[in-house]
Amino acid sequence: MKAFANLIKTLDSTNKTTLKVEALTEYFKEVPDKDKVWTIAILSHRRPPRPVNTTLMREWASELANIPLWLFEESYHIVGDLAETIALVIPPAEDSTEKSLNQFLEEIIDLKKRPEEEKKEYLFDNWLNLNYYERFVFTKLITGSFRIGVSQKLMTRALSRATEIDEDILAYKLMGNWEPSKITFNKLILEENKEDYLSKPYPFYLAYAIEGEPAELGDVSQWSAEHKWDGIRSQVIIRNDELFVWSRGEELVTDKYPEFDAFLSVIPNGTVLDGEILPFPEGEIGTFKDLQTRIGRKNVSKKLLEKTPVILKAYDILEWGGEDIRDMAFGKRREILEKLYHEVRADDVPLHLSETIQFDKWEEAAKERENSREVKSEGLMLKRLDSPYLVGRKKGDWWKWKVDPLTIDAVLTYAMRGHGRRSNLFTDYTFGLWDKDRKELVTFAKAYSGLTDKEFRQLDAWIKRNTLERFGPVRSVTPHHVFEIAFEGIAESGRHKSGVATRFPRMLRWRTDKKIEDANTLQDLKDLIP
Amino acid sequence: MRTPLLAFNDKGIYCAAADVYLDPWKPVNKAIISHGHADHSRWGHKKYITHHSNVPIIKHRLGDIEVSGREWNESFSINGVKFSLHPAGHIIGSSQIRVEHKGEVWVFTGDYKTEDDGVAVPYEPVKCDTFITECTFGLPAFKWTPQAQVFEEINNWWQQNREDGRTSVLFGYSLGKAQRLLKHLDPSIGKIFTHGAIENMTEVLRAQIDFPETTRITRETSKDEIKGNIVLAPGSAHGTTWIRKMVPYVTASASGWMTFRGARRRRAIDKGFVLSDHCDWQGLLSSIKETGCEKVICTHGYTDIFSRYLREQGYDARTEETQYEGETGQMESEKEKDVE
Repeated sequence: MKAFANLIKTLDSTNKTTLKVEALTEYFKEVPDKDKVWTIAILSHRRPPRPVNTTLMREWASELANIPLWLFEESYHIVGDLAETIALVIPPAEDSTEKSLNQFLEEIIDLKKRPEEEKKEYLFDNWLNLNYYERFVFTKLITGSFRIGVSQKLMTRALSRATEIDEDILAYKLMGNWEPSKITFNKLILEENKEDYLSKPYPFYLAYAIEGEPAELGDVSQWSAEHKWDGIRSQVIIRNDELFVWSRGEELVTDKYPEFDAFLSVIPNGTVLDGEILPFPEGEIGTFKDLQTRIGRKNVSKKLLEKTPVILKAYDILEWGGEDIRDMAFGKRREILEKLYHEVRADDVPLHLSETIQFDKWEEAAKERENSREVKSEGLMLKRLDSPYLVGRKKGDWWKWKVDPLTIDAVLTYAMRGHGRRSNLFTDYTFGLWDKDRKELVTFAKAYSGLTDKEFRQLDAWIKRNTLERFGPVRSVTPHHVFEIAFEGIAESGRHKSGVATRFPRMLRWRTDKKIEDANTLQDLKDLIP
Repeated sequence: MRTPLLAFNDKGIYCAAADVYLDPWKPVNKAIISHGHADHSRWGHKKYITHHSNVPIIKHRLGDIEVSGREWNESFSINGVKFSLHPAGHIIGSSQIRVEHKGEVWVFTGDYKTEDDGVAVPYEPVKCDTFITECTFGLPAFKWTPQAQVFEEINNWWQQNREDGRTSVLFGYSLGKAQRLLKHLDPSIGKIFTHGAIENMTEVLRAQIDFPETTRITRETSKDEIKGNIVLAPGSAHGTTWIRKMVPYVTASASGWMTFRGARRRRAIDKGFVLSDHCDWQGLLSSIKETGCEKVICTHGYTDIFSRYLREQGYDARTEETQYEGETGQMESEKEKDVE
């Protein structure tokens, strides 16, 4: 644990990526294999299930710190991170421990089934035997996601340096389901074993949003365009008469989409397709809201299957005849995909092709992009015809060219403190639109991105001076500031007070030129619903 | 109801019986000033009364003002009200202001800390009935480490950076924090360079305190001279073109706010040293206890939370709005802007 806590401390003490990679590489060279596996697991968001709920953790921490619970809660609102708050308020360590990271995690896994009293005793003992960073890390392992400014990509790079195994191969090995408590470092990283790969997806290739004009990409004939579908990015794998469906979050979701079982009888073994899962009610592409009725469900009822079936809108093929064809040019891969599609297409096979759009001039593509909302896409994808299928987010060969967002001018009404690097700053905002003849502001969206650090600081200082009421971490503020809010989609909603749900709202501009009287009305928003 | 000895109005903390203000934020005739930071000693009063060692500081900052200096514990009377200044330990020349009238004693802390920092005259508890206290760090999350340990870390950090061929840039407020850092840096590691704002203030204070040698960074200072050494700079220098001369450099900030991981990451600073010139949670509680007071008035910081806790502990505690720095995490950098 000491080594891991030191690693976190070092990573915390620098803003420079090169130094972070250096520290991680050294760490991977030094620690025992079991700790390596756990470190990889933690930094790729694979944690043991939470053994103690956070309510109990708060109560126990305030008991150990000898402060009232309300004071603990207030401190937590300000610190912005539960593990950090706990590490700060409890008394300094009385002793130290040499237990390894692996040992801690085995204990934490085992803790889940223990009675409450034992859990409490375990936490008290360890809290008092760990220094500040160790105790922060220990608590973080128990409470939640381990976001510390180290991406999986950065971790993979360091692992690659420590093991001298290619980064892309490592990324592939780390995909999918593996259990850190059961697998060895040898098996996970070092060994070559074909059978292990049966269910493994390939790392997804992700596009950046285009900067500037597409015309700057050069010769139109080198590029292919298609619509950018608004569903769940997925890989469908057919190998050894088995089907595996992976979402981009590396989650195995095969059971959630039983309609894809139909692929097994028509698509040959040794095929991997990349595409978008889309809702397809009444024989047409539905909205993301339709898809949400399927996402959370573990058991899909017959009724739901009939009401909201899904299809795979395929746009790429990564494996064919058991061969990894990611190095093949995109144009060639498309030919294989289209041939396959035309061979297997049938009413009872939920496979659709994401059609390529023919165009001779960039202006024609721009015109098609204008059409996006009507065909229920988010814009266009531009792909270079000779491009291989790369690993992760890379610039150059694939670009997202989204439609301009919908926008509306709204009034800031509530503010809440942020988390992480925004802790102690009011950065999470609620916005209202006018209703009842402009007499009342109705909340319609929350947003916390789109401003610069400087703007956040200015607004934070203003909020602290213009608070009307406090509700725990939330404050209502004097209606004064108008923001242009952008969002990707809009639909009616019974769950929102405004009756409208917007997708991915964010602040596009701080309209210091506008007064609150100039903000839009709820009716203006409703008029945007298609 | 009797007029309270000290009242909070739109100009500052007012003593009606003496017709004098403590640390007023708007221009008044007569002001008693706790210390030299911009939010406590403002421009535009007709007469200033403060501790001797603060006189050169506020003269440097405010220019030609009418100011008279007093000794620690020296009583002076205004309209029959008895005043005296007592060490607050916050920065050089920082005082608590004691006010006594008709058997009643009030103490206003200004800003203060309980730890002896080796530069300011250490804080002394003063018995009183009503204690007007700051609570900038009035949360149980704030616990300071003894400064000897923090300075060992700072000097080790400098040494390590020097070995790695990097310049250390250490940010701290130009009055108080910068001199406290300077006093405890180890000159055997290398040379200590300063930003102009810090050098100017330090020059003023050299008459009172013995500091290690410093070198002002000017247009003529070459990159090579600085390399591997340490540079003391105000937080406002971060992210400016001025700092480019220090490349390759590593940044650190010394402040109580560095307790929070988020605060350091937000400012894009490499290293944070938790070092404050204010009381931590225990420091506040023990000071209040030592005064023997019954009433507590919280002026700035996490006032609502802190006064609620004090009420639960049996004090008659409340909050008053002032224009001293509020709960903002940007506190130190905003102060900095005022100074420059």
